[in-house]
Amino acid sequence: MSSLPLPPAGPLNLVLTRLMARIAARHPAILRRLGPYAGARVLIDVIDAPALLLMEPALRRLTLHRRGRAPMADAGVRGRLSAFLAMLHGTEDGDALFFSGDLEISGDTAAVLALRNALDDAELDLTEEIAAAGGPAGTP
Amino acid sequence: MMELVCPAGTPAALRAAVDAGAHAVYCGFADETNARNFPGLNFSRDEMAEGIAHAHARGAKVLVAINTFPRAGDQQIWHRAVNDAAGAGADAVILADIGLLAHAAERHPGLRLHLSVQAAAANPDAINLYAGAFGVRRVVLPRVLTVAEIAAINREVEVETEVFVFGGLCVMAEGRCSLSSYATGLSPNMNGVCSPASHVAYADTGAGPEARLGGFLIHRTPRGAPVPYPTLCKGCFRSGDQTGHIFEDPVSLDATQLIPALQKAGVRALKIEGRQRSRAYVAQVVRTFRAAVEAAERGAPMPEGLLSKLTEGQAATTGAYAKTWR
Repeated sequence: MSSLPLPPAGPLNLVLTRLMARIAARHPAILRRLGPYAGARVLIDVIDAPALLLMEPALRRLTLHRRGRAPMADAGVRGRLSAFLAMLHGTEDGDALFFSGDLEISGDTAAVLALRNALDDAELDLTEEIAAAGGPAGTP
Repeated sequence: MMELVCPAGTPAALRAAVDAGAHAVYCGFADETNARNFPGLNFSRDEMAEGIAHAHARGAKVLVAINTFPRAGDQQIWHRAVNDAAGAGADAVILADIGLLAHAAERHPGLRLHLSVQAAAANPDAINLYAGAFGVRRVVLPRVLTVAEIAAINREVEVETEVFVFGGLCVMAEGRCSLSSYATGLSPNMNGVCSPASHVAYADTGAGPEARLGGFLIHRTPRGAPVPYPTLCKGCFRSGDQTGHIFEDPVSLDATQLIPALQKAGVRALKIEGRQRSRAYVAQVVRTFRAAVEAAERGAPMPEGLLSKLTEGQAATTGAYAKTWR
């Protein structure tokens, strides 16, 4: 996957940010749980993907960034796509992935913890969220 | 059957615990009144009421942990928590502080009181004092006793006892430990946080990740080795010419094999640690222990080694229950 060429970031960023806004609207408890950490910029490094993701919950923004040109962030999480998806979908425990070294954390640990807990409670189904964001009713 | 008391840090985890077969779920409000006051975790007042209704509709109980020690002058925060838990229909509150126990016993005489492990009541005299003075109905025993000592305690007390069987292993005198306070100024006892994430910093040194708590280097983990929590009691330190885990190895408790012995020792309830863990952890651990408790009831063998991936250090111990101390 990491060998695939990176698509143009502009249109993808619009789609990702639309998805993020949609999730925030459908699951308001996420931002409530994040509390003071909603403003934290969390850089997600999916090591088997060609780009980095910057999540800015308070701005309801999710953007792609080229490796080697990482944006400023308050915290970072690094791991394989399968680990992130398993954690997001509630099939793997975040701490267990941390114990095994499948996920690595840097920067503001509390912000990462808050995000992990808020997303775990939201019980997101990414397929459903993508479908909702892309459909005719896909506005937040 | 022994009662299985399961953790929930979020409403989703509560539902997962109930679905997986928890007899009771313990949880806390999203503030400093409980000993897992972690970012993004715990219950609002509305979520607590909804969680209790959800559990009751499925035959499970909810125990509300209000087990930190109130700050002088700010007792109303803890009093309000007890009042709100009672109002939401909690089956019991889990308390540690003597003043708060007195308040709850006086203002909420119908509310069942459990003594938190944070009270560190580890002998019959202490337990009988809490039972006699405040009407405590159940005591959560500290994780420092052998099975024989638990059996001896149960012979001398009238109240129910509850013991931890799985999860993070606190090896200190709980409610009295000052290691986290020393390093960060915040403690599980007063603030609800042991080794708070706000004071934890990870860095990759090239050879492997290293963790610092309040600036103190806690451990440097060789690449590929299991990574522990950054707590001082599980840290790797240098003393003289020796380097090692001075207090305790970074391992988790798994007392599955001791469930029949604990049952024989008169233990009423088994507790799973992990309100800071995900709904995936809760579902898997609760399901496994529900099967174990049912097996113990039938006199069948205990299941083996199903949960090692979920344990800190990816290694398990029976802790003090069958411990040879260094």
